[in-house]
Amino acid sequence: MNQALQTYGQPKMVTIKKIVQENEFVKTFFLDVSLGVKAGQFVNIWLPGVDEKPLSVAYDDGSQTLITFYAFGHMTKKLFELSEGDKVGIRGPYGTYYTWNKGDTLVLVAGGYGAAPMYFVANEAIKDDCKIHFVVGARNKDLLLYLDKIEKLPNVELHVATDDGSMGLKGYNTEILKDLLAAGEVSRVFACGPEMMEKRIVDLCSEAGVKSWISVERYMKCGFGVCGHCCLDDSGDRVCKEGPVMSGELLAASPEFGKYHRDKVGKKVKL
Amino acid sequence: MANLKVKFCGVEFPNPLVLASGVMGVTAAGLLKTARAGAGGVTTKSIWLNEHVGHKNPTMIGTEHYFINAVGVPDAGIEKAQEEMAKYLEKHHVPLIANVMAKAVEDFEAVVKEVTKLNPDLIEINLSCPNVEDEFGKPLACSVIKVAEVVKLVKSCTDKPVIVKMSPNVEDHVGIALAAEKAGADALCCFNTFGPGLVMDLETRMPILANKVGGVSGPGIKPLVLKMVNDIYKAVKIPIIGTGGVITGNDALEMMMCGASLVGVGTMVYYNDVAGFAEMTTQINGWLDEHGITNIEDIIGTLQR
Repeated sequence: MNQALQTYGQPKMVTIKKIVQENEFVKTFFLDVSLGVKAGQFVNIWLPGVDEKPLSVAYDDGSQTLITFYAFGHMTKKLFELSEGDKVGIRGPYGTYYTWNKGDTLVLVAGGYGAAPMYFVANEAIKDDCKIHFVVGARNKDLLLYLDKIEKLPNVELHVATDDGSMGLKGYNTEILKDLLAAGEVSRVFACGPEMMEKRIVDLCSEAGVKSWISVERYMKCGFGVCGHCCLDDSGDRVCKEGPVMSGELLAASPEFGKYHRDKVGKKVKL
Repeated sequence: MANLKVKFCGVEFPNPLVLASGVMGVTAAGLLKTARAGAGGVTTKSIWLNEHVGHKNPTMIGTEHYFINAVGVPDAGIEKAQEEMAKYLEKHHVPLIANVMAKAVEDFEAVVKEVTKLNPDLIEINLSCPNVEDEFGKPLACSVIKVAEVVKLVKSCTDKPVIVKMSPNVEDHVGIALAAEKAGADALCCFNTFGPGLVMDLETRMPILANKVGGVSGPGIKPLVLKMVNDIYKAVKIPIIGTGGVITGNDALEMMMCGASLVGVGTMVYYNDVAGFAEMTTQINGWLDEHGITNIEDIIGTLQR
């Protein structure tokens, strides 16, 4: 069995080779393992004695896996405290990934730390001669991620929006998407960020007749399709298996997406 | 093609493959997805009267040979069950088994009464979860006396057929089965997971499951379950849902030959996803056709021993 298969169902401890602090709340870990992750997929990160959480992958270059995470809950705050040389458990990769055709014009919309998985997409899609509009948004310029990395990519045009106007357009990044859609020639739209932003993107793309694919986030127990905790109403599609990258059409048909999610006991919680 | 229908406690199942409790059973959407994929019946995740928080992650580990879990029976309580079961029953593809859970014998009364109002086809009482021992002590299913007490109580507060989810982790599984039958159980689900067992990480020397130990299922337990199901089949008259290590259609046929009327399927979803239900049915049909058997019920308990 190859390494990727061995780490599907059971975590393996790997070394954090390097840590980059992206901003006050966000760090990137360079993990000494490749699981053959495709852009959009996620892994489960295990912190022994603390918890295990699904985290999106910011890059897998065939020798190392990058995860960029926000110190938000108990587990990610503990993760934030780790140092280079420490070890974490990893298993995966899980779920669906982004796909495109050679030469496509893609709009990637990222809210906050959603920029990390979208950077992964951009990095892969330019190898297929895609032209990319990379639209980032955050509350203020200090919370914008990966700008320098995105700017270095060829065939990628960066668009910025901030809620307070400290950089780029003052307002939501969805306004930039609206203009790009109106200008035409967009093959597909991909998005990762807060669900209300994503919901707006699904609606805008549907109005414009452009296909959208969205990274969806839900509370998960297993991460590999067994427990049923992340099934979306009403289709029952699992965010861990039929997602996390799901089509805008599927999400538009869901009474759940953009309205509520479920907590760790399965109770509905309004967004 | 053979007739795969099975009549179980007066309820007709279109095929004998029943989604076991704890898999894809949190919401109506998950249950309906599994039913559409070809399950002959579905079982909810354990329903509590009030909210119950389970264990932290990791809660599940899968390997080629076995699967282990300690989810800790999380549930939002009866209000969520009301909404989700009503939603399932609107569509009602295949029979619904409501699995219920409570801390102590007397606590089953309230939850069973509430769940009965929601009108599932059958009720399964979870007396045997092996991964909440720290919280509740030895499962009720490990005691002849407690099994009899809880079955009598539950039977007095519902008109639905009652299935007892049995524990394999007992000295005398036949004795427990007989006690359940004598107390009035309509059927037995044999079995819950084995153990608890422990999976550790070699590097950290730590158990991987947050709960440290968990219930073992998957391919490795099938021979143990086949033997114990057959022991119980020979001793009781009530029907059995044979559950444990059934991954393929041939596994399901073996389980039925050992005495199961229905076959519980859970961990299979890890190996073959929900699409595995349809694949199992195809394999079952193929075998029955090859052997000239027109009714699947004719193979129940036909083990030549």
